[in-house]
Amino acid sequence: MKDITITVIDREGKNHELIAPTDMNMNLMEVCKSYELPVEGTCGGMAMCASCQVYVHSEQHFGERKDDEEAMLSEAFYVNDNSRLGCQINMTEDLDGLTVELAPESE
Amino acid sequence: MGLFTVFEAGLMKLHCHLIDAIAQPGGQLSEIYPKKPIYDIPGFPSVLAGDLVDNLVEQAAPFNPGYTLGERADTITKLDDGNFIVTTSKGTQHQAPVLMIAGGLGSFEPRRPLIENLKEFEGKGIEYIVKDPLSFLGNNLVISGGGDSALDWAIYFANEGTHPVTIVHRSDRFRAHKDSVQKAYELQEQGKLQLITDGEVTGLKGNNRLTEIEITINKNEIKTIETAYWLPLFGLSPKLGPIGNWGLEIEKNAIVVDTFDYQTNVPGIFAIGDVNTYPGKLKLILCGFHEATLAVQTAYKIIHPEKKFTMKYTTVQGIQGFEEKGSPVLI
Repeated sequence: MKDITITVIDREGKNHELIAPTDMNMNLMEVCKSYELPVEGTCGGMAMCASCQVYVHSEQHFGERKDDEEAMLSEAFYVNDNSRLGCQINMTEDLDGLTVELAPESE
Repeated sequence: MGLFTVFEAGLMKLHCHLIDAIAQPGGQLSEIYPKKPIYDIPGFPSVLAGDLVDNLVEQAAPFNPGYTLGERADTITKLDDGNFIVTTSKGTQHQAPVLMIAGGLGSFEPRRPLIENLKEFEGKGIEYIVKDPLSFLGNNLVISGGGDSALDWAIYFANEGTHPVTIVHRSDRFRAHKDSVQKAYELQEQGKLQLITDGEVTGLKGNNRLTEIEITINKNEIKTIETAYWLPLFGLSPKLGPIGNWGLEIEKNAIVVDTFDYQTNVPGIFAIGDVNTYPGKLKLILCGFHEATLAVQTAYKIIHPEKKFTMKYTTVQGIQGFEEKGSPVLI
């Protein structure tokens, strides 16, 4: 189990290179919060609020939306084809090099 | 957290009155995840969030709390005698010597869709909360959303059967309970409900009042429906809201407290649960219970500075509820 490097683009367009552990059962929302990036994660990771929505820029890392995630995104705003919920992306070694952008906050 | 504060305050014979912006007690447990299990409540290997709220209401009941629900606490005024007056969004006023802010992540506000002229029709055909269902009967109705709220209301109005009801949802997958989704499809087969999936309301028309909505289906087909009401039920999201204007020290969207008694920078105002912050803060229900218990000790001293009090174990003294109404502690 090794640490991976991911890039998060914040809402001002600034890149943040983050080192994320893959052996702590963390998801992307939690990694962002641990670096104090402005990700709410209101529901705590239950795919029930979309406050951790991101756009995945590295296509090979998009993965597959889960059913709950798909249902939540169908009600969220600012959703694009490359939208995912950060809380549903678990940190695994194959995500090394992942680049995501934080989606705008809903009103 | 507010409900458990009622219990702990009640053990010290303090009366409480709860104010909540949503229509039922329980905060985010009731509003966001009532059917989800929680595994870290001591003594409960697993408990559904909604069941935990029911238990907390039952636990608080002997202390006869007052409830003001569906009203957001908007302003706080401190009187010369040290009491506070809290005024709600509906203008209701409550007075108390101690305030306990158990505001969670803030007050829950409806999530508003991104349509340019939305505000023009808010309250004039667009409603985010169904307060009085009867007022909608006899009118065409369009509901957006795929969660329980959207489907439950669509089913309710379709069963009334007086006028067309349409659900517009951006996907063919729904977040709502499977039984509700099945029921909605059954009602569609019976001609009582129209389900438009892969569609989104993208335009609003009317002259000072909503009369027509425009729906974009599969991102290219435009359909127009005449309707008196559109209910965009996309859930609620928490906003710190007016709490930010109460003169309290705020850090990262949370209220700074002293961990001795979880009092804020304003004496007599406490903040407990997710709404507060301090070094080492963990947003856990069990931590909030601890905060509430310590906070009411100081609350007691503020309300009864002349009286001595010793904590007693409930096993020894039992629960001695009371009948009287009053509001020395506002939550």
